[in-house]
Parts: sequence; C-alpha cells; structure tokens
Amino acid sequence: MAGIVHILIFAGFIVLAVHTFSLLGLGTAAGTDSVSSAAIGRTYDLVTNYAATVVFLCMIVAAVRRLVFKPARYAVPPRYGKAHTADAIFLLALIAVLMFAESLFEASKVAYLARHGHTAQSLATLSLPWLLGKSLVSLSPQTVWNLYLTSYLIQALTFYFLLCYRPFGIQFHVETSLFGVYFAKLDRGTVKPVKWGLTPDQIDQVKSIGVKTFTDFTWKHMLDFYSCADCGRCSDKCPANAVGRPLSPRFLTTKARDYCFQHYPVFGKAQNGQPLIGTIYSDDEIWSCTTCGACEEECPLLIEYIDKIVDLRRGMVDDGNVPKSLQKPLKALKSRGNPYGKMEKKRAEWTKEKDFQNAYEVKVLDGSTRADTLFFVDSITSYDDRMQAIGRATARVLADVGENFGILGAAEKDSGHEVRRFGEETLFMALRDQNLEAIRESGVTRIVTADPHAYNALRHDYLDVPSVEHVSQVIARCVRTGQIKFDPVANTSDVYTYHDPCYLGRHNEIYEEPRAVLDAIPGLKRVEMKRSRDRSFCCGGGGLMLFYEPKEEQRMGVVRAKMAAEAGANVIVTACPFCMVNMEDAIKVAGLEGKMTAIDLVELVDRQMLRRRAEQPAASAALAPESDCARSSLA
Amino acid sequence: MAGIFVYIVHKGGVPDDSAAELVAAAKAIDASAFPAAVVTGSGAELDSVCDSLCGSYREVWKIANEALAYPNAELIRKVLVAVLPQDAIVLVPHQHFGVDLSPGLSVKLNSPFVSDAVGIEGRDGNILKLVRQEFGGQISAHVHCDVSWGAVINVRPGAFKPLEAQPANGNVLDKSSQVGALNCGRRYLQTIAAEAGDVDISKEPVLVSVGRGFQEKDNIAIAQELADAMGAAVSCSRPVVDAKWLEKSRQVGSSGQTVKPKVYMACGISGSFQHLAGIKGNPFMVAINKNPKAPIFQVADVGIVDDVLEFLPALTEKIRER
Amino acid sequence: MEILVCVRRVPDTAENEIQLNSAGKDIERDDLVYSINEWDNYAVEEALQIVARVGGNVTVVTVGGEDDEEVLRREMAMGANHGVLLTDAAFEGSDGRGIAAILAAFVKKGKYDLALTGVQAEDGGAQVGGMLAALLDYPFASLVNAIEILDGGKLKICREIEGGNKEMNEIDLPCVLSIQTGINEPRYVGMRGIRQVASVPIPTYGASDLGLNVDTVGATAAKVKREDYFVPPLGKGAEMLRGNREDNIDKLIEMLRAKGGLK
Repeated sequence: MAGIVHILIFAGFIVLAVHTFSLLGLGTAAGTDSVSSAAIGRTYDLVTNYAATVVFLCMIVAAVRRLVFKPARYAVPPRYGKAHTADAIFLLALIAVLMFAESLFEASKVAYLARHGHTAQSLATLSLPWLLGKSLVSLSPQTVWNLYLTSYLIQALTFYFLLCYRPFGIQFHVETSLFGVYFAKLDRGTVKPVKWGLTPDQIDQVKSIGVKTFTDFTWKHMLDFYSCADCGRCSDKCPANAVGRPLSPRFLTTKARDYCFQHYPVFGKAQNGQPLIGTIYSDDEIWSCTTCGACEEECPLLIEYIDKIVDLRRGMVDDGNVPKSLQKPLKALKSRGNPYGKMEKKRAEWTKEKDFQNAYEVKVLDGSTRADTLFFVDSITSYDDRMQAIGRATARVLADVGENFGILGAAEKDSGHEVRRFGEETLFMALRDQNLEAIRESGVTRIVTADPHAYNALRHDYLDVPSVEHVSQVIARCVRTGQIKFDPVANTSDVYTYHDPCYLGRHNEIYEEPRAVLDAIPGLKRVEMKRSRDRSFCCGGGGLMLFYEPKEEQRMGVVRAKMAAEAGANVIVTACPFCMVNMEDAIKVAGLEGKMTAIDLVELVDRQMLRRRAEQPAASAALAPESDCARSSLA
Repeated sequence: MAGIFVYIVHKGGVPDDSAAELVAAAKAIDASAFPAAVVTGSGAELDSVCDSLCGSYREVWKIANEALAYPNAELIRKVLVAVLPQDAIVLVPHQHFGVDLSPGLSVKLNSPFVSDAVGIEGRDGNILKLVRQEFGGQISAHVHCDVSWGAVINVRPGAFKPLEAQPANGNVLDKSSQVGALNCGRRYLQTIAAEAGDVDISKEPVLVSVGRGFQEKDNIAIAQELADAMGAAVSCSRPVVDAKWLEKSRQVGSSGQTVKPKVYMACGISGSFQHLAGIKGNPFMVAINKNPKAPIFQVADVGIVDDVLEFLPALTEKIRER
Repeated sequence: MEILVCVRRVPDTAENEIQLNSAGKDIERDDLVYSINEWDNYAVEEALQIVARVGGNVTVVTVGGEDDEEVLRREMAMGANHGVLLTDAAFEGSDGRGIAAILAAFVKKGKYDLALTGVQAEDGGAQVGGMLAALLDYPFASLVNAIEILDGGKLKICREIEGGNKEMNEIDLPCVLSIQTGINEPRYVGMRGIRQVASVPIPTYGASDLGLNVDTVGATAAKVKREDYFVPPLGKGAEMLRGNREDNIDKLIEMLRAKGGLK
C-alpha cells in the first residue's frame, strides 16, 4: 500500500515539475502560463490536473494512514526518543496545500477567462481543479480574480517555503537519496576498512580509530543520516529489535540526525566533539547487532548499517570499552587462536573420534602432506563436541565424493570473521595473516568450508585466497551431476524446513543450492517459513555473539523455532554451526523438545547418501548422525 | 623445641571449625605435640570461646583487650609478635583473616610462611614437608621449609578432619598484660551485611548448581534449601537463566560466570561443554542426574543416578540432622 | 597520587591445561600461554581509575626477566604511565619473601603514596602484599574490593569477608593493599594498543641498583622451597554410588564433609 502511494506521489511530482516551474516563471514574465498552446500543451495541462488531484488524494490517504491506522513500523517506543509524526503530517499538509493552491489557481484562471469569453481552456473532468471550478461559478469576477492572485501567492510561497524547509525534515531524502543511492555500497558481506586510504601498518600510527564522535563518521554515513525517510522498515525486520534488545536501526539513524541538527546549526557555531556512546547511543545498543543485514536488505534508500555499527564498535574497542563477556573470548583468540582458549594442538582432535577414525583418515596439510582442496573447519566445528559431528559428516561426504582434501589442523586459526565485525581490527588482521600464510604454504587451489561465517570471511575479508565454496554448493553440484544419490527418508511424516543462514543467504545469495539438495532427497517433504531467503530471520548470531550476554526478552532462536512450527515443520535444516547451536538451544527453551529437531544439511546428506561401500548396511548404521545420540544439551 | 600455636578464629562466642581441624594439623606436624590455642578478643564472648576451647586444648592463651573486640589483623599481628615465642610454629586458617594476618606475621617473626596448605606430610628433623595446590587446584606440589626458627602456616579449612574427641582439660592463661600499646595504621569501621541479591558465585567455595532437570521454577527452592543447609550458594546452567528461573548472575558457563569452587553439586545438569567451561580448578564434583548417560558423569568425581527433585530434599534433611 | 602496582606474569589458568611433564617433577611448560595475573590486572585498573579521579601516575613493576616485559607493556597499553623491570640473576628462585624484599627495596627508592598487589597469583601464595607491607612497616589490608580517597592522607577501604559481607576500614597512607577480583571492570586492551607501546623503553634495576644484599634474595635465601609438582591419583569418571537412596546420601555426606563442602 505504502509503495503504491509513494509511487503515485513520485510520479505526480515528476509530471507536475514542468507545470510548477512554469507557474513560478509566470510571476516574473507574462505569457508563460501554459507550456504551449499546441495540442501537446493542452494535453499536458489536463494531465497535470489529474496529477495534482492524485497527489492531493495521496496526501489525505497518507495522513489517514499515519494518524488513524498507525502501521506498527512507524511506532516510536519512548526509550528511542520522540516520534517525528508532527513533522511528517506538516509535510503532508504543505504538499496538500501546494496541490490545492495549484488547483485553485487553475480553476480560478479558467473561470475568470470563461467570464470574459475565453472558453478555450478547460479543466480535466472530475479532477480537483474541475471540482473547485464548479464551486467558483457563483462568485463574482472580482472574487475570482482575487482567488486567482491569492492562490498564486499561496502556491509560490508554499513552494519556496517547502524548498527551504526540505533539509530540515524527512523530505530531504528526496534530494539526498539521489546521491545516497548513487554512492551506496553494493558489495555484500564486506566491512569497510578502518580508514579509507590507509594501509594496515599505518593503522597502528593513527591516534584513534573507529567512530567516537560524530565527525568520525564518513561523509557517506553522514549523508545516510540525512537520507533516512524514517519509514521504520529496517527496525521492523531487525531480529534484535524483535526480541527486545536495545537496538533499533531506524533510531541509530534518526538519533544521529537529531544530534546533527542540534550540534551543527545553520546559524551558529558547530558544537562537536561529544562522544556518541553514552550520550545518544548506549553500549548495549551497539553490541546487540548480529550483523545479519536484514535492515540493509529492507531499506528502500540503501542506507548502510553494518559498517556504521562496526565503526562504532571499533571506537569502543579502541577506548577499551568492551563488555567483560567478550573480553574472555577475545583474549583466548589472541593467545590460542580460538575463542574457547583450547590448545592449538587439539584443533584436529575431532578427526580422532574412534568410529570415525577407523573408516576415514583426514589429511593434515602440514607441509609434507598435500592436497588440492582445503577443508577450512574454523573454531566451533573444531572444538565444540556437538559441532565436531558436523565436521565429521562434512569430511565423510567430501571423501565419499572423491575430494582430495586436507585440513590445516593446528596451523588453522579462527577465521576472525566476528572479531572484525566486533571492532577488533588488529586482532582480526593477525588471525587473517596467520591463516593466509598457512593457506599459501599448503599449496591448495581451492577451499571448501561448512561454516558460512568462515566462508564469508574467506571470500570477502581475506585477500588473495584460492576460490572458496560452501559445502552446500559442492553437494548441490554432485547432486546435479548424479554423483550423489539419496536414500528415501525413513520417516515420511516428517516435515522439513530450511533456515537460511544470514551469511550464506543474505550476504552471499546462496539460497537455491541447499534447497536443491533437500529436494533431491526422495520422500522429503519441505515447507518454507514465512521469512525465508533474503528475508530470513537471524538465529541469534555466531562467533563472538555466542559469548555476549544481551538484554533481551526472548531469544531470536526461539522466535525462529516458533516460525518453523507455524510453517508446519518438525525438522529444521540448518547449514551453519552457529545456527545449529542456537536452534537446538531454542528448541529446548521453547518447550518443543521431542516435537522438533534440528539437523545440519551436511549431517542430513551424510545420513541419506547412498554409498557404494562393501559394508553398506553396517556402514550406514555406524555413520548414523551423532546428533541423534542423547548428548550434550546446551548450557 | 618449637611450640605449636593455633590462632583461633571465633564469632559470637563460638570458635570456628578450624579450631578443631588445626589440632589435627598440629598432630600431623608432630604426633606428640599438644598445641596451644591463642585467642584474642574482649569481654564475655572471649571468655565463652576460651571455655569451650579447654575441651580440646591443654593451654589456651587468652588476650583480652577492648581494642581487640573486632579482629583487626593489623592489631592482632602486633599482639602475637609481642606474646608468642620467636620460634613458634603458628597455624592459622587460610581464610579472609588468615590471609590478612599471616604473611606480615611471618616477616615480623622472621619465619618461613606456607600459604593455604592442604596437607602436612611430616617432619624430618627440622624440615617440615607440606602439600599445596597451584593453578586453581589443577596441580599439587610438595613444599618444605626449615622450622628450627618457627614457621607460620595457613591451613586450608576442611583439609584436616578434626580428630576423635580427646578431652584435654585445658587451662586458660591470661596473657593480656603482655600486650603493649595497641594502635596501628588501620582502623575497623563497620561491617555491612550482603544483600540477598549480592551473591557472587565466582567467589563461592561451595555451589549447588541447578539445571533443566528441575523442570519448573518453583522447584528451585529445593536447591536453595540444600544450599542453606550446606552453607553454599545456588548457581545454575544457561537454560535455567533463559527460562528465567534464576538471574543471569547465577549462571555458570562460557557465557556466564567462571567459578572456582572447592565443591560443585551438579544437580539435573547434563554437563555440556559450554557449562563445564565455566568451572575451573578441578573442584570435587558431585553429579545427580536421572539420565545415567549424561556427560556430566564423565567429569564428576561422584555420581548418583536419581531424580533431583526427590534426592535433594532427602539429602537436605539428613544434613540438617547432623 | 603516585601509585605503584606490583604485577606478575603467570601461565593463564583458563587457556592452559596444567599437566605434569614427562619427567614428572615440573609442569609441562612447552605449550603454555602466559598473561598478566588476573588479580594484578584488577589492581592496575583500580589504580588507573583512582588517578583519573584525583590525578597522579601509575607505575607497574615486576620481578623477572625479559619475558616478563610483555605484561608491563600490556598494562602500559592499558594506561599505566611507567613500567619498571626488576631483574638480576641473583633474584632467580626467590620465594615469596624474596620477591617482597626486592619490591620493598624498589618502593624505598621512590615516593609512592600507595602500593597495590593482587590478592594472589595463580602459582603463588597470596603473600607478597602482606610481606611487602611488613617489610616497609606500612599498614596493610587484603581482599580489598572498594577504595575511597579521604582527606588527610587516608583511605576508606572495604574488605571482602565471608558470605559476601563487607568489612569497612580506614587506613593511613602510605599503605599496601591487595586487590580482589571484581573490584571494577577492567578495560579491554586491544592488540593495537599493545603494538603502540611495543617500543617504549622500560628501565631495569638489579640488586646493586636497589641496594639489596644478594644473600636476602634468590634461591639460596628462599625459606620455602617447592620440591616437585604432582597429581593426586584420580579415578576414571565419576565414582557411581549404586546403593539405595539412604545409603547414597550417607556416603555422600561423608565425602562432602571431607572435602569441606559442609559448613
């Protein structure tokens, strides 16, 4: 609805543009009151009548919508500040007045001319000017003339007032969005450098990094603050906002804009230099973001949020303002290369599980052993005993499709994906450089990973790496070529739904491959949740977010699990170890234990894959996914 | 021959458990020794303590002074230096008072100081061999020191079991007059009691930890009763916090608190990686869980397969009966 | 206020698995990661917060060798104004008393209003602070979890005693305090900050600089010596109590009492 109204208003303005300017010209030079007396001019005049009518009606619809129906996404909870409804209504009123004045001008002009015998001009039937014209019939020519002049003045004054007022209201997005959209960030999954134009070694010499005061924002980000139309779509879709965390993206922008208006007045000195954290933003507000990207996906003006949050976090880290819950894993990452503080030499222990080791040997690329493909495991899959099952399933599948692969083992460090997005750029670079060296030394030509966060890091944050694929892409390809075939599902009453991980889906646009894999399994019933693909709802976040203690009313995972139940599913298929952590946890907390399960895509493939092995029946029993055992519950 | 002295911690006219435990510690140093008790304080409370000590100590050195009504380690240190023989072996419980008193005392008495001893292996001539722990209890160490000129030893509470009652029929020796001027650079003001919500589980030595096995919020009270009976605090695993049965400050785990207790009762907790990551220092862990396959049984010291909702009340009652 | 904080570099308990080495007498040191002793870090943060309120300088000092400089640098990245390394071959093998003597000699060389230590170190005995105070004849308080500056060269401090209760004391300056964890929330020290102080000079002092008699420090002077490390025998997995409920309870109570789990 809002979209249609907006398009109509936009189209109306475009149509009216020439007409409006010609009216203004009329004030200075006579004879410019109509575009041309030719047929095209006449047609244009009629069209403008309708355009003015449509815009006028849209103003009424918009006002009614805002004041009476009050769509939820406009709402401003008190803790975020004040609503700008008055501003919005004022603007709607101004435009309505402008349309009315123009229409009255046209109507009175035609009426006056008609009184004096010129009936050539007419108004479009049933348009606003036409309706107004009808009411002018009984008035004296002098009154009509006065109305003609008055309406002109009103039109001119309103127009110029609107022109000057535009930068102070949400109307400004009309102008700034031209530049905002032109300069918008198009690449997904990346994070802006600490400072454009600075090399990594120069970063150490800069006195302060990140955004601490308003002027630390880039010019593009400041432009974004002006470009926001305050529509609320971002906050509406933000999962952090949905669960009651202090974050609401819309208000990140509007609070910054209000700050800007307050401290950088048109007349008077700029009062800058105030820290933003602690005044307009709270620590928790900034730490609450899972960088899922739903806000950026929704924003009609392509306003960037993730980069701003990362910059704010960089500022906080630089100041030492990091919550205790995050200091522990960051310290562990620095000394041990993983957030759990576990020893590096145990990073490959997951390959030593007894049953697994008897059937499969995973190569460790330590210089003497080589392989074409690197299976980048990353920290959670290496150390968390539930996720190690995903690692083993991945290794089995890769081996069974004939991949010549190996792992880095102890030489692998955390990909650093969240480290970077939580603002610790220097630590991220250290982890990245160590991994890059290990990757280079291994001589691999290709990388496969089952961890979307690692995938995103390798694709976008790391420079000069061999091509990276997510395991779902590998499997989808093998399914297409017929290399992988599946057993039918054992329990045909199960209903499966695929949960798009943020870093596989939205940030990297891999939506179809996992679905293609699921659909290739005979007998598997699959449904889509209400929010899927690029509108997927974040599970709660991964990496360092698992350590952060947010203040929230419920968990994102619980909301997602309920969505799955609503869609009629009893099995949630994930393709990310962090989604798995959050969903398994959520199933318990939501009280759905026994009624719903979660399984990783690779685990499912591993379970259903038809294997040409001598001991097939026994093998498929031995390879039953470890997630079925009554093992660790999340604490 | 060095005399062994036990510094007595007391409250409300009653000696602390360490008074009995340290007799056993003294016997471990020297089986034939009869340690003397040293008590400071003031008024009727002090007298009451001395009287009860006569049942287990042959000699009770009483030092009474108004200034000592509240145990201020800075003052008491001066008192002990004045009253004790230079080559005394002094045993003190390793707790908030002992930690305050003993290091400085050892310097003033010019004696070796052994902190937080968990075991005493015996004496070989003048060399005393003891056991300590390091790294939050992950590893033990044998240490020794020469006690010919005395020693100050802080002993971990609970490390020694009190010996079977050996009635001593002791006398109280009043040493109050031997004390000189009592002033020092630190003055006690007052004690502020902790508020109910102020429990810091990371400092608690004994924890009763609840997990999802408790099934509903009202059942947490069962754990609280056990904790009260044990002198412990209640902690929990993450699902309990998520279900809002307990506050976040009670959560043990990688995204909760790290705790270093001596004793950890894991009740209805399955023992996930994230939860166990919050427990350091190798405590004595008791696991009670209905599921015999719960991973917690692999890491606990003692395991009981039972329903926590029934086991805990029974345990609480038995503890109360003691 | 001039504040001196005595810090120590220790193997990190959270990130290491402390185990016996193959020889059986010492811990396995090959794969250890070290960091600042947690209590000392709280002490430095407290010092920084005090100086932010009332002005002054924070100096961090440690006794050790080249390897120990890294914790000094980390605390300087955190905000400490000066770092000092007390190093000498004669210091090696010092016990707690020896370390305290070395630190006392350093304190006497300067003019510090307040000296802070952590309550204990991961591999220590919760002793250096108290010994340092006694050697200097300064008043001492341990387990401090709140500090308030009063007028007239005094502090109001809170000690953490049993049950979470708070013992309030007044103490004269100069004094020594041992700081308990939880007194504040230490700020984060980013890798960037540490890189920025990587080349700041750290002065070193040896025995002769401090006017120390080498007979009072080092291995020979140590009064308490560690003979070995060992691991008390452990069972495999939990000892399962398989009796009926009553018997289990009785057995459990006995075990709890032995382990100090009952009040």
